[in-house]
Amino acid sequence: MIPSAFGYVRASSLANAIDLLRQDPEGTRLVAGGHTLIPTLKLRLASPALLVDIRGIADMRGISIDDKAIRIGALTTHAELLASQQLNDVFPIFRQTATRIADPQVRNRGTIGGSIANADPAADWPAVVIALNAELEIVGPTGSRRVPAKDFFVDIFTTVLEPAEVLAAIHLRRPTLGARFIYRKIRHPASGYAVVGVAVGLRMEDGLVAEMSIGVTGAASHAFSGDAATRFLMAKPLSHESIEEAAKLVSEATECLSDRYASAEYRASLVRTETKRALLSLAA
Amino acid sequence: MNAPLPPYVGQPVKRREDFKFLTGKGRYVDDIKLPGMLYMAIARSPHAHAIIKNVDLGPARASPGVRLVLAGKDLDGRIGPIVPNWIIPGSRVPFRPVIAIDRVRFVGECVALVVAETLAQAYDAVDLIDVEYGVLPAVTDETAAIRDDAPQLHENVAGNVTTIYRVRGGDYAKAAQEADQVIQLRIANNRLIPTCMETRSVIAAPDPDDTLTVYMPSQVPHMHRRWIAETVGIPEHRLRVVAPDIGGGFGAKMHLYPEELLCPYLARELGVPVKWWESRSESHQSTSHGRAHTETIEVAIRNDGTILGMKVDTLGNVGAYLSNMATGGPTVNTVNFGTGNYKIANYEATSRIVVTNTVPVDAYRGYGRPEGAYIAERAIDAVARHLNIDQVEIRRKNFIQRTDFPYRPYGSMGTIYDTGNYDGLLEKALAAFDYEARCTEREALRRHGIYRGIGVAAYTHMCGMAPSRRLAMSGFDRGGWESARVAIDSSGRATVYSGSMSQGHGHVTSLSQIAADVLQIPIENIDVIQGDTRQVQAGHGTFNSRSMAVGGSSLHVCSQQIVAKAKKIAAGMLEVDEKDVAYSAGQFSVPGTDITPLSFAKVARMAYVGHKLPDGVAPGLDETVFYDPTGMSAPSGVHLAYVEVDPETGIVTILDYVAVDDVGTLINPMLAQGQIHGGVVQGIAQALYEEVSYDPDSGQLLTGSLLDYAVPRAEHVPNITSLFQETPSPTNPIGVKGIGESGSIAAPPCMVHAVLDALAPFGITHLDMPLTPPRIWAAVQRARNGANQ
Amino acid sequence: MSEVEKRHVVTLEINGVRRNAEVEPRKLLVHLIREDFGLTGTHVGCDTSQCGACTVELDGQAIKSCTVLAVMADGASITTIEGVSPVASRLDAVQTAFHEHHALQCGFCTPGMVMSVRQLLRDHPDANEDDIRHGIAGNICRCTGYHNIVRAVESLVAKD
Ligand SMILES: Cc1cc2nc3c(=O)[nH]c(=O)nc-3n(C[C@H](O)[C@H](O)[C@H](O)COP(=O)(O)OP(=O)(O)OC[C@H]3O[C@@H](n4cnc5c(N)ncnc54)[C@H](O)[C@@H]3O)c2cc1C
Ligand code: FES
Ligand code: FES
Repeated sequence: MIPSAFGYVRASSLANAIDLLRQDPEGTRLVAGGHTLIPTLKLRLASPALLVDIRGIADMRGISIDDKAIRIGALTTHAELLASQQLNDVFPIFRQTATRIADPQVRNRGTIGGSIANADPAADWPAVVIALNAELEIVGPTGSRRVPAKDFFVDIFTTVLEPAEVLAAIHLRRPTLGARFIYRKIRHPASGYAVVGVAVGLRMEDGLVAEMSIGVTGAASHAFSGDAATRFLMAKPLSHESIEEAAKLVSEATECLSDRYASAEYRASLVRTETKRALLSLAA
Repeated sequence: MNAPLPPYVGQPVKRREDFKFLTGKGRYVDDIKLPGMLYMAIARSPHAHAIIKNVDLGPARASPGVRLVLAGKDLDGRIGPIVPNWIIPGSRVPFRPVIAIDRVRFVGECVALVVAETLAQAYDAVDLIDVEYGVLPAVTDETAAIRDDAPQLHENVAGNVTTIYRVRGGDYAKAAQEADQVIQLRIANNRLIPTCMETRSVIAAPDPDDTLTVYMPSQVPHMHRRWIAETVGIPEHRLRVVAPDIGGGFGAKMHLYPEELLCPYLARELGVPVKWWESRSESHQSTSHGRAHTETIEVAIRNDGTILGMKVDTLGNVGAYLSNMATGGPTVNTVNFGTGNYKIANYEATSRIVVTNTVPVDAYRGYGRPEGAYIAERAIDAVARHLNIDQVEIRRKNFIQRTDFPYRPYGSMGTIYDTGNYDGLLEKALAAFDYEARCTEREALRRHGIYRGIGVAAYTHMCGMAPSRRLAMSGFDRGGWESARVAIDSSGRATVYSGSMSQGHGHVTSLSQIAADVLQIPIENIDVIQGDTRQVQAGHGTFNSRSMAVGGSSLHVCSQQIVAKAKKIAAGMLEVDEKDVAYSAGQFSVPGTDITPLSFAKVARMAYVGHKLPDGVAPGLDETVFYDPTGMSAPSGVHLAYVEVDPETGIVTILDYVAVDDVGTLINPMLAQGQIHGGVVQGIAQALYEEVSYDPDSGQLLTGSLLDYAVPRAEHVPNITSLFQETPSPTNPIGVKGIGESGSIAAPPCMVHAVLDALAPFGITHLDMPLTPPRIWAAVQRARNGANQ
Repeated sequence: MSEVEKRHVVTLEINGVRRNAEVEPRKLLVHLIREDFGLTGTHVGCDTSQCGACTVELDGQAIKSCTVLAVMADGASITTIEGVSPVASRLDAVQTAFHEHHALQCGFCTPGMVMSVRQLLRDHPDANEDDIRHGIAGNICRCTGYHNIVRAVESLVAKD
């Protein structure tokens, strides 16, 4: 319940945070909302020497929306994403997802950046940013780069972030008219995390699939994009058969996790069922 | 809000204790901070079974703020061993040191302790304790532990079985022969963690007068005083146990744990207060678990649904050592009740108590009775399913009838159900549930591929373990009585000292309702004191749904003694014969005369000034009663649940839950409903969500925190309709029966039956709890694959 | 002195009173509240941020004080259960509803539950039963089965 001792500093800027990380990449951890890190520290599953509090970095805060694009600062909390009317007018999937993350207290502290950077295989935002074709803005000692969300997650708790890099923001393009998104989640009864979560985006044109994207979390070691299903459905009409086949392709895209609570077969089946249900409701 | 007026019993009087809890002024052990207090932390075994080869305490001793570091061998012979309080005759009791000396037998067993100036320093030092282990093979499952090749836990417990217990009545073998069919089932009662929201915590503080005060959340303060005194070697009268507010007990806070012995020992050695606080993850591996049974059942039936006989084989997993009451749970408390609410004349049951490399298992809300009801109910439901008889009909057909009470199931000597009216409960429940309409709806929806199910469960059991003589026969080293003292002050106000111990039950309210009605004084004029062995004369505490039936009765009798004495004093004051004095509405009067009545307050004043007392009447108005009931009360109930199951995901949605319970006379219907709500949700939790799991090979605890052990949240559970039927118990003067355990007894079979009913179209007839989505999904898959073959 | 050994001064307003404390960085906000400030109505029920017994308001938002470092709360304004009622000898509306509907038994979860209900009523002044159950998802109560807590909150919604 009490962490091992560590030092604490507040980063004054992104550059300052990166500098501190660079000095001791092994012993230094960023803390944003702290709602993954602090529980880990309390159980003494990690014992960094220094915590760098990044909450004061202005560049990483806030949601800005113009007529082309949206920028969500990494420090934006789940509650802010839930509450932002402007954002949800464009992408109601944010509210839909945020209400299913943890509970009100956690949502008031936890950040989308922390969730993505941490890459918990059962976290929700990874699936959503994949389905939204987001680009992740990464800033490091050598400058900044953008990585498509679907290439960001590498393995369990592992991303393309280099030791001294910081996830600064999430970038989205405004959706094409008629595109709709949905997130479906089966929650673990104790942790509340996703046993499986499926985010799907869909746009139909003349009765055929014109745009589609699928992000899946919970099922595998990291969130992934259901590309095979997207390719399969593209330019096809949605029918019970085509939806079935697409859902099957997503569920077969990767080897599923198996743990005490849920078998790999169960997870694969959930991916299929939830993808199917998501497509059915978007098609309706 | 206007204060309610007497009679108070039967009214939903709002709780008198709420204010402090609502404003953050409740006082739990962890809120207590004493000057100079040191903190203890425990190093625990990471292995399920291992030899301790070497313990290096050096680095921990050198750590900042550390005052003392001890391992098991440092305490060997100084304190302990920990011995059970309930030992079924014939049991083999393994040796349990307070801290493991040369061998550990479960993940979480204490191996060393640190005392430091702050809790953080104590934790830091625990991390530096270096123990060298020689890992041994472990066994965690009760069925595996009794195999010939299973690892053996204790030298004196051959085959890992400490106790074999049998009950029988009639002739099962003959019944089986005469039966049309014998059906068999095997059921498991999942291992649970009681999960009081307040974890355990202990502070022991030496007092200047050579006494020691122990603050702990104890359901049984006087019992703890005795056990700690005996195990640590402190004269009992020099030990004071104080149980302040308790954040839930549910059985987990009535045992004797190592930390409750270590703090008093250390406080005495060091001469300063020593505190230990249990973190939640620590709690999962150090506070007793519940349930953990496997049973095999045979039911001998006629094809018309008559049950001729039943045979039960129970394996009760009690963990690595015999905890306080461990031998009593799977035996007396379980298999004695295996025939439930049904007339089953021929019964034969054997229970074996099995030790395994797991956290000790002991009482948890219902202790044995949920397991017993699960046997009876799963059996009768299996019969209904097997014979395709309606689940309600099969129960009606086999119920013990209203006229059969007092009823001795299977001709038992010790098991007696005092009263009951099961058909009445059933009818009331069916009406509240709208059973017929729901059946129709279920059928209609099934045709549309929507799977709904209705579950029914009945239960009865016995609570308020008594009389004392009976406890002796089963090897229970305590009595069945409860004590109450009523002290009236010179203004006529009362202080009640009760040996019962509230852990959220609202005793301050319910006990004062009982006393107020007898004393005929406003409830505001009554205070209730519990949980301090220096203030409360004696007691057994709160468990086994005994507080109202036994504690309440003792208070009722004691209050009557107060009135009797007051009457004598009043007679003297009024200069009339005692038998001419009547007491009503708080006034002593002489009916048929114009003598001015005397108030209770005036008589109380006289008792204390003593100016004019009749001959032979001593001053004071202060009575103490030790009340030993003649028998135990038998609450009963019928619960119904309505669920929908999504076969594609396995997710269960609970649509409705109706509980009709007969808990005898209701003291406070609002509090009674609260007990039902809470108990039912714990039962739903057992049926759908909670399960402790161990890795069968390594013996590692896999549900080590609330991240993986699924205690239900508000979204996981339904509204509960709680109704009552009042059949007063003849076993006590206020007619009450126990209530605290009812919900957790009825809900597990009720929920399982509802889910199985929903899954009936798939041909699924059995699933083990908890019925998690993955488990249900897997069963549906198997059924579908089977159907395809 | 290394960073690890350095103690930090935190200043915050708690229930309307400005307080200072010198803390190790590893000190949790809940321990600051309970131990340094002696406000023991805020409880600790778990070590994995699940139970909500530690819920307080930080700058007007319900948060789990076991999952915030004391140093991170520097400059914040905090309300605990002790500061909920404007008049210490009286219950406020939420507390009164809990009393009236028997929404507490052992009382251990109660302070955190009350803090969450305040947040819930701010977010959903017209909450229905589902909203209520969803809104208190961060708080575990082992005693009441939640039934009466939901009734208590419903009574507050109905009043508006
Ligand atoms: C009780 C509970 C329930 C939860 N339930 C869910 C759930 O249902 N679904 C879900 O998705 N999540 C859940 N979470 C996780 C929660 O959403 C976390 O807040 C989130 O995952 C991490 O965000 P944070 O800001 O708190 O990160 P922190 O804990 O501050 O950091 C997490 C990790 O990411 C690193 N990090 C943080 N920000 C950055 C950045 N900008 N750049 C690089 N690295 C960074 C940190 O160094 C750290 O290693 C739950 C948490 C709790 C406590
Ligand atoms: S103590 Fe903070 S959530 Fe449990
Ligand atoms: S009242 Fe006991 S935990 Fe909620």
